[in-house]
Amino acid sequence: MTRPNGLIGLDLDDAHPSGWRFAAAPPSSAFSPERSLRRVLDAESAGFHFATFSDPTPARGADEHGRLDAVQRAAHAAPLTRTIALVPEVEATSTEPFHVSTQLASLDYVSYGRAGWLVAVDGSAPRHAAVGRGPLAADDAFVEAADAVEVARRLWDTWEDNAEIRDVAAGRYLDASRVHYAEFRGRSFSIKGPSIIPRPPQGQLPVFAPYGQVPPAQADVLLTTAPAWDLLLAEAALVRDENPERLVVAELDLVLDARGQAGGERLAALDATSSWQSPHALFAGGPAELADYLGELLRVADGVRLHPAVVDVDLPELAQLVLPELRRRGLLAPTVPDTSLRYRLGLRRPPSRYAAGPLPVYPAPTADSTI
Amino acid sequence: MSIHPDFTPSRQLQFGVFFQGVNSGTVWKLPQSGSQTDFLSFRRVAQTAERGLFAAFFLGEGLRLREHLARVHELDVAGRPDSQTLLAALASVTHRIGLVATQNTTYNDPADLAHRLASLDLLSGGRAAWNVVTTDNAWTGANFRRGGYLDHADRYRHAEAFVEVALEIWDGWRPGALASDSRGSTTARRWLAPDSVRSVHHEGQHYTVDYEPRLPRSPQGRPVLFQAGDSPEGRDFAARRADVIFSAHPGLEDAIEFRRDLVSRTIRAGRRPESLKIMPASEFVLAETPAAAREKLAWLRELQIGPQQAIAYLEQFWGRPLGGYDPAGPLPDVEPAVETTSETRGSGFHGAKARELAASWRAEAAEKGWSILEFVRQRNARASRSFVGSYSEVADRLAEYARIGAVDGFNVSPWIVPSGLDDIVDRLVPELQSRGVYPTEYAGTTLREHLGLEVPASSWA
Repeated sequence: MTRPNGLIGLDLDDAHPSGWRFAAAPPSSAFSPERSLRRVLDAESAGFHFATFSDPTPARGADEHGRLDAVQRAAHAAPLTRTIALVPEVEATSTEPFHVSTQLASLDYVSYGRAGWLVAVDGSAPRHAAVGRGPLAADDAFVEAADAVEVARRLWDTWEDNAEIRDVAAGRYLDASRVHYAEFRGRSFSIKGPSIIPRPPQGQLPVFAPYGQVPPAQADVLLTTAPAWDLLLAEAALVRDENPERLVVAELDLVLDARGQAGGERLAALDATSSWQSPHALFAGGPAELADYLGELLRVADGVRLHPAVVDVDLPELAQLVLPELRRRGLLAPTVPDTSLRYRLGLRRPPSRYAAGPLPVYPAPTADSTI
Repeated sequence: MSIHPDFTPSRQLQFGVFFQGVNSGTVWKLPQSGSQTDFLSFRRVAQTAERGLFAAFFLGEGLRLREHLARVHELDVAGRPDSQTLLAALASVTHRIGLVATQNTTYNDPADLAHRLASLDLLSGGRAAWNVVTTDNAWTGANFRRGGYLDHADRYRHAEAFVEVALEIWDGWRPGALASDSRGSTTARRWLAPDSVRSVHHEGQHYTVDYEPRLPRSPQGRPVLFQAGDSPEGRDFAARRADVIFSAHPGLEDAIEFRRDLVSRTIRAGRRPESLKIMPASEFVLAETPAAAREKLAWLRELQIGPQQAIAYLEQFWGRPLGGYDPAGPLPDVEPAVETTSETRGSGFHGAKARELAASWRAEAAEKGWSILEFVRQRNARASRSFVGSYSEVADRLAEYARIGAVDGFNVSPWIVPSGLDDIVDRLVPELQSRGVYPTEYAGTTLREHLGLEVPASSWA
């Protein structure tokens, strides 16, 4: 792994629950394809390396609680973008691992290798009642998520890169000896394989996971968070120290000075109707100050993921003032069209794990076998 | 000739395109045979179809890779993307064409699948459809959490309960409940009007769902429902629930009989017979002259069924390797390894009486003097759904279907990717237009509008 210098990502959904009150368009157009697309195109133009598409736990209340499917939003934007990586959030414990693996591999195809998986681990009652199961305790969710990531990774490798041979003389489209069974037996499910889609362009999609929710060895990018700025710096440094083979991306909420208002004033207006309960550190202020902050953060982390309170208001400020300043200071990795997310992250493209023969049956991890 | 006194045909045809992605129908052996996974192939086919005013672009699904004699089947095209992910990508590079995803009711969770289909319907501006399929075998179940849990006899009951849950989820939001003005407001205004979401609770034999719908209705109300089952249960299911049948009856007599049957079943189910559209699967082999088309057909069949495929075809029934037999020689004299062929291996054959079949095939091939290769090609031709002829000849035949009202259109399976629609769009469509049986512009922006289907009423009205 060659560490990339300065990755910057953007979550495309308003981080503040009251964000919709300040959005450019009313809720009645919240689900229009144009709106979903425009945010991705704006993030690409601004020079972000990756965009994430959230899939929050369903909740009721006065604020926004609908959401288009995250993988589909990413896929929808794929043909009209060339540079930005598309990283949908997909919950790992309430979904069918075989479908998740196929959907993400397909996203990698339609984006020509710009896809990643942001793993969410949510054992909550609403999520699981939708699929007829009870809530999962944290330990069980941890094991279940580890199994889901492992089986997705196995399935992505089940077709070796050269499995499609198109040997006209022999009449063979595939070489069956290069297509493998995953033979996965986890604690609560088993999956035979092989995948129904050939190996994705990146071989393995980069997996982004919140630190502590998935065994670090199964992730490529560990998302670290802390409730305050100084704690975030310490946490990022610690996590990178303990996981030298993983990339560390720090999570930061922000409310920028915009539209003639200071960040703090905007925050007060947002908080007036809904309280913001976020696990992330919060920055409220101007672009120069944010650039200073990010400069400091990028010394201890490989990247940051920004969560703007109101995407329609904060993204133009980031695009016009913050990212150009970071570039001027040499703090950001370049953006290169038509390259894979793995390349951007400095990760080599691995050969299929099955290229040397079948793997042993996967041993299910236990909750205490990790961090 | 009238189909049925209570049925008024539209006398128009629509085309859909079925991007097959697996099996022997797609020729991969030519230099111009393109990628089956590169997005550009899908994009090219969908955009060509849209240029030809096709109503729909259709993707299939198979949830386990086809096997042959206990290993992965090697001879045919295989490996394809998830249909909804691919269609979401196509939604941003097409503007009118409907996007049909085949999705299985057995190996999906109803809330998850209904949510994803609603999402695709919104992202495409009201162009999404779901081709409802149901499977029951444990062989496919080995890729899923619940394994093979469904009895063959239960599959339509299960599928129908599943569809009912989906319909409830799609009707879960009061229309117009999203706030239409929010700008700069810091007052306690609500994103969604109160009491505008109805939770869905379902407790059935096979699953329990407790779910709060997360999306509003789309511009076409909800996704269009396609259905392809051909058994009596499948037909009744379609008559009650489907908007479109993707049928297996493209021959004229067969199509008329199928339409009559479905008209009766639809009326019995309490629906207008015109509300269920029929689009048979079909293949087109076209050329300037009838003779040239026949030559092209022979060439195509050779490409689709080579010597290796012919042996493999027999092996599916014999249940044993037959590699030692000469494709140019007579049918194998050895007996099949089993009395009855085993559970499906993704090939569509199961439960055949193998030994009886082998004996009758041997006799037929001997009588006609056919080799293995000739025999298998003949069988394939018999099962064929092809329209073969010159452009004007085939257009005349299709116009006859429209005049009688035998079908509402055809779901075209191109036999080569990505150029397989070019002659249909460039040559056949204008012939049909000049006969007044094919649209000259899209009827609207949604799939329902293209197909002449009504927007389903909301239960909140």
